[in-house]
Amino acid sequence: MSENAKLPPLPTGTFATRAITWSKKNLFDGWFNTILTLGSIAFLMWLIPPIVEWAIVNATLSPTIEGCAEATGACWGFVNANLRLILFGTYPFDEQWRPLLAMILLMGIICGSLGAVKYPSFRKAIIPMWVIGVPIIAILMWGGVFGLTYVQNSYWGGLPLTLILSSIGVIFAFPFGLLLALGRQSHMPAIKTVSVVYIEVIRGVPLITVLFMASVMFPLFLPDGVTIDKLLRAQIGIILFTAAYLAEVFRGGLQAVPRGQFEAGDSLALSYWQSMRLIILPQALRLVIPPTVNSFISMFKDTTLVVIIGLFDFLGTVKLALRSDPAWTKYYVEGYAFAAAIFFLICFSMAKYSAYLEKELRKGERR
Amino acid sequence: MKIQTILAAGAMTVAAVAAQNAQAGAVLDGIKDKGFVQCGVNTGLPGFSAANAEGKWEGIDVDVCRAAAAALLGDANAVQYTPLTAAQRFTALQSGEIDVLSRNTTATTTRDAKLGLTFVGINYYDGQGFLIPKALGVSSATELDGATVCVEPGTTTELNLADYFRAKGMSFEPVVIENINEATAAFFSGRCDVYTTDASGLASIRTQMAENPDDYVILPEIISKEPLGPVVAQGDEQWSDVVRWAFTAMVEAEEYGVTMENVDDMKANSTNPGIQRLLGVTPGMGEALGLDEAWAYNIIKQVGNYGESYEKNVTAKLGLERGLNALWTDGGLQYAWPVR
Repeated sequence: MSENAKLPPLPTGTFATRAITWSKKNLFDGWFNTILTLGSIAFLMWLIPPIVEWAIVNATLSPTIEGCAEATGACWGFVNANLRLILFGTYPFDEQWRPLLAMILLMGIICGSLGAVKYPSFRKAIIPMWVIGVPIIAILMWGGVFGLTYVQNSYWGGLPLTLILSSIGVIFAFPFGLLLALGRQSHMPAIKTVSVVYIEVIRGVPLITVLFMASVMFPLFLPDGVTIDKLLRAQIGIILFTAAYLAEVFRGGLQAVPRGQFEAGDSLALSYWQSMRLIILPQALRLVIPPTVNSFISMFKDTTLVVIIGLFDFLGTVKLALRSDPAWTKYYVEGYAFAAAIFFLICFSMAKYSAYLEKELRKGERR
Repeated sequence: MKIQTILAAGAMTVAAVAAQNAQAGAVLDGIKDKGFVQCGVNTGLPGFSAANAEGKWEGIDVDVCRAAAAALLGDANAVQYTPLTAAQRFTALQSGEIDVLSRNTTATTTRDAKLGLTFVGINYYDGQGFLIPKALGVSSATELDGATVCVEPGTTTELNLADYFRAKGMSFEPVVIENINEATAAFFSGRCDVYTTDASGLASIRTQMAENPDDYVILPEIISKEPLGPVVAQGDEQWSDVVRWAFTAMVEAEEYGVTMENVDDMKANSTNPGIQRLLGVTPGMGEALGLDEAWAYNIIKQVGNYGESYEKNVTAKLGLERGLNALWTDGGLQYAWPVR
């Protein structure tokens, strides 16, 4: 009985009186909050109607320049008319089912892997899925076998390229970053020094510099006639860069695991790798889910920087479409808004998944 | 600036080494082996090289590559494109990543001599100009003293602008904006009096971005020379000849009035010895270049002559008249070296 007395009284009365009580408590609690509430309402009323009017009411989907010229609002026709260019870039038009299929497959593998985390029996399927899936994606994109025409990767572009760059980036940067983090904690001076120097050097330069070096300087040092693929250079640059940041995130996790856990491992006579795998890392990694996902989101958005080395990621193909015909150029706001919406959708899903994952993995603690 | 110096130094070293190593015909043989020309193009400049809604590259720069492929391989579609930024373009050529760079590149002494490159022709004569609102009431660039000028940073455009105003003893206030969309938006919203870039760019901005193009004029002064053309790496003279004469054949064909449409008729019926030589009716030209005798016929049949390419790309996309790029007989600068 005394427990219940501490709880706030249950709301009573009609819906209207409850709404008034609620808003009095939450929105008009004192003069400062009242001003804030009224100010916010005024701001939203000033901001939202023109946007809705522009983006929906007066907008047009008509995929012609004439149709857009007539509309007073947004010209979504630009996106409509150039959708395939925006999605797939300069990939040969008749072969665009291949990147589409590859993209669907990649999304399927990603979602499958993410979903499998919850069900231990499915976890074993994650690695085979990637081992089988990635070559299929590579065959679809490149072709050259099974009667598929060969497509140079200077023709890849759009959403498939963004997804490939970022998912391959995550897959390789994660273990590499983990090794670097362990290396930095190592008692062996050589390994420790190498890891520290690597992490600090890479963190000390912007990604754009790494990409620029990889694309402009690096080929000059190769022997005559030897060229390393531009996309591969960019991909390696992204992996190396992300790994350095992840290493610091993981180090945070490792340091947060109590010393006793390491000692527990030792006292059970577990080897270094055994105690890491069975005791330390499961705890450390769970602690750093939010900053890890944060790194991934930031890497996903960083892939747009490949535009400076002439690769067309999703944002790059929007720009490409804007320049496909000078008459479209003035509709850049629509183009960028569309790109922003897609990026938001993907990043928001990543954030939501991370929140879900945290909840899922904390079940043990809540009990 | 510093990065550019380092790059140029590195590029020169490599170019020197490459020039020693390259054997005559190495690039040409490579192209024959792989069966296509690897062509470096702009990442998106309407009229010059831009992807269309189907993702196919189009433009007068693209047509130069198509012409070279038609001449060497007999198929204008045997081209693979590598979109390049301004910073990457010369490295890509020197490292052998591309066979020819056709990316609105200005021919200059340093590029030609120091970077180990060969400019094989000029397919577009451009120059920097000024766009102003009519309301400004100015009819000559010499009246622009004290004007606010919108300009993109880090380009020769910015340097030419400073040179011009200093030479005329005038002052100006630069408004430097990196992104072309923002720069033009700033100009049309009245943040600056003048917008400056290459004349081809000004024309397209005026017709496509202005609410009412008639409210804006391009001043008659052109303050810089920008001869743009295809480039190859030094060391394979046979290949540079192929590109040079592939482009020349397009101009020569226009001089003779040979078009995509009438080329078959001309080949069968023309009695003009110049046309007969060009189209391989009188053999010899192909042999001299190490090409099939139908090399120029293939170019004109599949790509068209220079005027057709210009019309289809520059005039249609940018609304630009021929101007400096008219044939010399019409008062322009396009003058084909004789194919004989």
